[in-house]
Amino acid sequence: MMTHTDIQSGQAAQASAAPSAMKVSDEIAIEIENMNKWYGTFHVLRDIDLTVRRGERIVICGPSGSGKSTLIRCINALEEHQKGRITVDGTVLSSDLKNIDRIRSEVGMCFQHFNLFPHLTILENCTLAPIWVRKTPKKEAEETAMHFLRKVKIPDQANKYPGQLSGGQQQRVAIARSLCMKPRIMLFDEPTSALDPEMIKEVLDTMIELAEEGMTMLCVTHEMGFARQVANRVIFMDQGQIVEQNEPEAFFNNPKSDRTKLFLSQILGH
Amino acid sequence: MSDTHSESISFVRESFLPEVPPPAAEAGPVKWLRANLFSGAVNSVMTLLALALLIYILWGFLPWLLGGNWTASNIRECREIFQGSGAGCFAVLTERWNQLLFGFSYPPSEYWRPTLSLLLLAVVIAPVLFSHLPRWLLIVTALYPFTAYWLIWGGTIFTPVMALAGVIAGYFAYRRAVERGFAVGLLAGLVVALFVWWLGGLAAASEPDSLALERVPSRDMGGFMLNMILGVVCVSLSLPIGILLALGRQSSLPIVKWICVVFIEFIRGVPLITLLFVANVVLAYFLPPGTNFDLILRVIIMITMFASAYIAEVIRGGLAALPRGQYEAADSLGLDYAQAMRLIILPQALKISIPGIVNVAVGLFKDTTLVSIISMFDLVGMIRGPILASTDWNGVYWELFGFAALLFFVVCYGISQYSQWLERKLATDHR
Repeated sequence: MMTHTDIQSGQAAQASAAPSAMKVSDEIAIEIENMNKWYGTFHVLRDIDLTVRRGERIVICGPSGSGKSTLIRCINALEEHQKGRITVDGTVLSSDLKNIDRIRSEVGMCFQHFNLFPHLTILENCTLAPIWVRKTPKKEAEETAMHFLRKVKIPDQANKYPGQLSGGQQQRVAIARSLCMKPRIMLFDEPTSALDPEMIKEVLDTMIELAEEGMTMLCVTHEMGFARQVANRVIFMDQGQIVEQNEPEAFFNNPKSDRTKLFLSQILGH
Repeated sequence: MSDTHSESISFVRESFLPEVPPPAAEAGPVKWLRANLFSGAVNSVMTLLALALLIYILWGFLPWLLGGNWTASNIRECREIFQGSGAGCFAVLTERWNQLLFGFSYPPSEYWRPTLSLLLLAVVIAPVLFSHLPRWLLIVTALYPFTAYWLIWGGTIFTPVMALAGVIAGYFAYRRAVERGFAVGLLAGLVVALFVWWLGGLAAASEPDSLALERVPSRDMGGFMLNMILGVVCVSLSLPIGILLALGRQSSLPIVKWICVVFIEFIRGVPLITLLFVANVVLAYFLPPGTNFDLILRVIIMITMFASAYIAEVIRGGLAALPRGQYEAADSLGLDYAQAMRLIILPQALKISIPGIVNVAVGLFKDTTLVSIISMFDLVGMIRGPILASTDWNGVYWELFGFAALLFFVVCYGISQYSQWLERKLATDHR
């Protein structure tokens, strides 16, 4: 299903083969070295070092304002960093626009507020980028779109507009829209924070399914159940720094730092 | 009722009641009258007062309109016929009909040409206004400016044909060179187009009479035709220029941004009438002596600049109203700047801006009457000048200005109705 046949130039692509479910390869998908970011004089991200391997599923949590959203938004250059190096799929992020557009087309992103295009139908939302960026023929793009809409279980809404769908459905469309670009990496920026409890499950189910197929995922989320179930690594951030990272079992049962313990007791405590 | 077992608790209906209309006082026009016009004492009095006022106005207006004269040959004849009854002297419209529409020096034998242009305009504008018409019709629309120019101004057919050839050649040059960068493409396109136009100028000058319509110089244009020419050309030019200015103002390139800001702020801060005076008089000082720079062209440039500055600001409002998430979603899918703007941002921003754009367009169309002040004889210029100044019709104000108002109202009301239809059609957000 999820064939990663979109080989692009760059060393990383050579070793790419469909990874078996839940397997992590040695190949490096994202490498962040000594990355720093400021908003004006405010130091949002401090000395971030992070290596993500292909097929890894990472959950990033932390209090609000800790820089977790900013971190994943730096990966597809929605935010620019001022110091350090980010390498995505073997391509170093620079200010070159062509470079940035290519990385963005390989990295899918889902937002807290879905950000579907309200003037286009669900199907058009899904086919727009493949047609214009990948130059896929319209018919083929529509078949791919219907395939992914079936996968997120809303093929019958294809000709409606986003405004006619529920929040959960919109977020699943947003996931399908990203998948239509056949991305090698998916970023999730608090995908369930704007949803009713009932709809959170349907979105998480979609994400779990995606994880089981071996997609490389970085999720900013407070869904700790999801983290336990699918993550291979949980990262806790505070004040723009990575405070602690570990496998989910160890992270939840035996947190090392006091800050992590406090955070966990607050979000799991009631 | 009689055959139900009304004395027992259990009930089975045996006969069905016939269908009857609702009481007359609770349905149809009577109900509407009661609810909206006579719902209480105060309301009833107000209704009667309003009715009385309406009748009073019509009492004065209808005899003026219906009892008017359409055949007299001058105002004195009108007065003799009316004997002080005060009916409308509409004969001025009949007698000066062609002057009102075409000005006083457009050759009468050629009136069919602007008329045909107007009819063609109604046809070719359809695919622009209604997106469900087949898209290839837009090619016909693209040919219209050249056709209309030839029809209205006349001259040899080489002029519009070579102008069109220049545009096409420029486009292909652009397509070939654009791979090496947008600026290179634009430059190549411009150079090739200018070269073809130069050749075309030579060709048209050497063959001034082949396939030629009688040439009508710009100073002979007048009447409502002039308002329509200025309105249509300036609206259709100022919309794309306004979009570019709005995008330029948001640009991250400092020089582009700076140019757009200065242009918009300067043009918006100056009255249109001064710009028109600049077009009329001052521009001539800056041009080399002997340059024949068409007055209508100068006025078109000024009005277009004025309107595009306003439209740019309206569109900037639309751009600012879009949530940041739309830009980010477009970026995150890998769309480049031009694609994101064309496919995601502008369709939504323009939809939000429709009321404002229509406002500017309607205002611009009415402002074309300002050219009467720089001694061009548009509809208002014709009325104020040659018609009211003539001894035949001196004093016929109401009929003439009422007619001018009616013409403008019909066009502006049409634009307004279209824009409301368009807004309803584009409403996909289901709020």
